Amino acid sequence: MPIVLTINGQKVAAEEGTTILEAARDVGIHIPTLCHHPDLSNVGACRMCVVSVEKQRGLQTACTTPVSEGMVVDTQSEDARATRKFLLEMLLSDHPNDCMTCEVNGDCLLQDLVYDYDVAWPEYNGLRHTYPIDPDPNPFIFIDRNKCVLCSRCIRACQEMQNRDVWSFAYRGFETKLVAGADQFLLDANCESCGQCVAYCPVGALYDKMSLKTGRAPSVSKIRTTCSYCGVGCNFDLNVRDNRIVRVTSAPDAPVNGMALCVKGRYGYDYVHHPDRVTQPLVRAKWLDAKQIRQRVADGTWMVANVAEKRVQPAGNGIDSIVPDTFIQTDWNAALDVVSHKFAEVKKSMGGDAFALLASAKCTNEENYLFNKFTRQVLGTNSIDHCARL
Amino acid sequence: MTNSIRDITQDSQCIFVIGSNTTEQHPVIGTKIRRAKRHRGAKLIVADPRRIDLTSYADLHLRHKPGTDIALLNGLMHVIIREGWQDEAFISERTESFDELREVVEKYTPEVTSQITGVPAKDIEEAARILAECRPGALLYAMGITQHTVGVANVMSCANLQMLLGNMGVPGGGVNPLRGQNNVQGACDMGGLPNVYPGYQRVTDPDKQQKFEAAWGVPVSKQVGLTVTEMLKAAEEGQVHCLYIIGENPMVSDPDLNHVRYSLQQTEFIVVQDLFFTETSQFADVILPAASFSEKYGTFTNTERRVQRVRKAVEPPGEAKPDLWIITELARRMIALGAVTPSQDAPHAGWDYRELTEVMDEINQLNPIYAGITYRRLEEGAQLQWPVPHKDHPGTPILHVGQFSRGLGRFAAVDHVPPAELPDEEYPLMLTTGRVIYHWHGGEMTHRARNLEAMYPEALVEINPKDAKKTNIEDGALMKVASRRGEIIAKAQVTDRVEPGLIFTTFHFAEAAANFLTNPALDPQAKIPEYKVCAVRIESVQAGDGIN
Ligand code: SF4
Ligand code: SF4
Ligand code: SF4
Ligand code: FES
Repeated sequence: MPIVLTINGQKVAAEEGTTILEAARDVGIHIPTLCHHPDLSNVGACRMCVVSVEKQRGLQTACTTPVSEGMVVDTQSEDARATRKFLLEMLLSDHPNDCMTCEVNGDCLLQDLVYDYDVAWPEYNGLRHTYPIDPDPNPFIFIDRNKCVLCSRCIRACQEMQNRDVWSFAYRGFETKLVAGADQFLLDANCESCGQCVAYCPVGALYDKMSLKTGRAPSVSKIRTTCSYCGVGCNFDLNVRDNRIVRVTSAPDAPVNGMALCVKGRYGYDYVHHPDRVTQPLVRAKWLDAKQIRQRVADGTWMVANVAEKRVQPAGNGIDSIVPDTFIQTDWNAALDVVSHKFAEVKKSMGGDAFALLASAKCTNEENYLFNKFTRQVLGTNSIDHCARL
Repeated sequence: MTNSIRDITQDSQCIFVIGSNTTEQHPVIGTKIRRAKRHRGAKLIVADPRRIDLTSYADLHLRHKPGTDIALLNGLMHVIIREGWQDEAFISERTESFDELREVVEKYTPEVTSQITGVPAKDIEEAARILAECRPGALLYAMGITQHTVGVANVMSCANLQMLLGNMGVPGGGVNPLRGQNNVQGACDMGGLPNVYPGYQRVTDPDKQQKFEAAWGVPVSKQVGLTVTEMLKAAEEGQVHCLYIIGENPMVSDPDLNHVRYSLQQTEFIVVQDLFFTETSQFADVILPAASFSEKYGTFTNTERRVQRVRKAVEPPGEAKPDLWIITELARRMIALGAVTPSQDAPHAGWDYRELTEVMDEINQLNPIYAGITYRRLEEGAQLQWPVPHKDHPGTPILHVGQFSRGLGRFAAVDHVPPAELPDEEYPLMLTTGRVIYHWHGGEMTHRARNLEAMYPEALVEINPKDAKKTNIEDGALMKVASRRGEIIAKAQVTDRVEPGLIFTTFHFAEAAANFLTNPALDPQAKIPEYKVCAVRIESVQAGDGIN
């Protein structure tokens, strides 16, 4: 039996056990929140979601109060609005005035709330924390406790989603401080660098270290894709600026993983832009015409390559260093010509079974289909395999 | 996987993980298993020779010796049958050959099993009880089950257990291999195997041969092709003249690397298409620069058969091109050279794809399990797990509901067979191999992800304090590991994650690749090498000593 209640004069039906917040969101009534996140347990820490409920003394936190029959809720009562504004003033009184250069500018719940409630930067400068910025040597997670709003989302994310129990609050009152383990460094406190705590942080207190100063929400474009590492198939958003991947962010609606990612998926993207990438086709000199090599190297379209430490570089003495096995950095036309002529000749003289092909678990389905077609239709063999077994 | 990550982590009463270091290899599934255990109260049983992250969350850790999975599983089934805990209704309605199974597992009493596996008899009893009481239960496995000379038999044993418990075709149940690479599932689905066309249609089936001849307009080869390991052998013997390798690095990932090197040297013409210059590229005649996942469009299929979009975010560097472009270009040139002349009447003879969707259309036509998977549906948010036999089909999150694809599920009873190579006087220790969370496969990508590399910059060999003491090897010192096939030098990590007599290392580092040591002995059916067990000896090394 659904429960019927009234929110802002509107009749709302909700299942027993739902909270006022959920019932309101279901019908599109927005109640501001800070510590609440739909994936995590509700702790009622920030009180930003307070609402007035008829016949009840004081304000109720919508994220923790269950609905009851006949309840009459006002989310915009004067009391509630004034309380939220007061809470925001309190938060700002111990928060740096940093939005200009803050990494999460434009993607920050505190900033949005302060905007919505028109809270002015407090003139009075009382006691403010001056925690060291980025005090943890781990390479992935940036910490700025001065911006922490003590909402405990990171604590719950690590505890409830990641099940690592790294974060907690230590000390009391004004001294309350977010700590890893027994006030240790993250990597000494059982952290597996999954970045979930960063993903759930509503402000700029936790951020992805690799993405500092590389572009903020308003200046990046986000492209939803599927991870290139393991077979779990996590989805996430590649954040791109100026043709570079600058960050990976969770996609809350990802079908397999939701907000969760592992250290490789979230922080292992920079190989894409590594200087070791091969950027031009390479062909050993013995498969090319010597005269052509000389000409093309002279006119600068080709290059005599030297591979050192797995990186392709120009060879020191250029043309003079060429032996049959030297790699020449050529162009697509030349390289594909060499391959197609060689393949055609071998096929003609020895038949399809002189070929063996290794497909790739890194390629897309479409590419693997075409590679299979290439093997079976064009070359005429079934000798195609890949590393599924390995 | 027969089931989906979601139903396993939400509905199973018991999760049984065997031969999978899930936290390090499929981290997000590991996260979800921990969550199911801690916040939903599901039971967790982990069978693994090593102490791994999941074992600290488990209700029970069955620490069996490498290569004794069948004995362990038979022992569990022995107790279940002895106590009459099997699902009689499921067995009589949906399976056959139960009597054979009963007969074979009869002799695997907890005592006998304990002797083979090293797992205490009381833990075997206890595990069987949990499995019986907590249904539905899901079984998850990975390479720890398949990379053995008895890999196929191991997999059968897993299926036997789940059928015995009636854990098939239900949410929260199933036999669930966790596939390694991001699109290894898709590569198999698309015919990247020597014995099947796309959709697992056998190349030896005359109907399927006709189907593809008609589609592609050429006569097709009627013989099963070569597997990776056979290819290298054939190259060495001069039967294979050309190797075309896309995005693979056999010079790190194949067993017995000294031998792989020799085979590659013997091959007349090798084309390698990859992002980086790999160990295998050293042997290439032509290297074609490929685009990364973030530089192209397409789809990947994950371990639960879910087809998902891949989207281009950045331009490839320099002249690098998507593999799709390269393959298509080569095919067109070969046809122009007259290397093959597909009949123009065949509907899929050509290579003139204007859009990616045209390739998917062709897949829809020829691969029955992908028949209903279209870009339009994916873009509209459809969650499609194959088989998707037509365009209105919602996909199949759980396989074998109500019926197995072959009709009745057959209990294929199997006996314990020891690994191909066991420790002896000369090579007294056992080596097992695996992975760590920071690296991926041969490490071509992760060694170039600067912070992943910073977290785990070099190969480590896990060794028990007792063995370390015996051989004078200190934590962090260099040690030499030698097998009948080769040797490596790497840093020792003294830890009780491994038991005395067992050492562990990874194959992520080319310089100290475990595969210089591993045994290329293959499972006769699946042709998977026995990476999980080989015999080695160890000695301490003074820095600078004997490194070449
Ligand atoms: S965390 Fe939010 S409110 Fe604080 S400085 Fe950054 S953007 Fe501004
Ligand atoms: S990165 Fe992951 S494991 Fe580490 S503290 Fe954050 S949530 Fe916990
Ligand atoms: S993010 Fe991690 S768990 Fe997810 S697919 Fe990528 S590698 Fe696998
Ligand atoms: S959102 Fe309800 S108390 Fe924080």
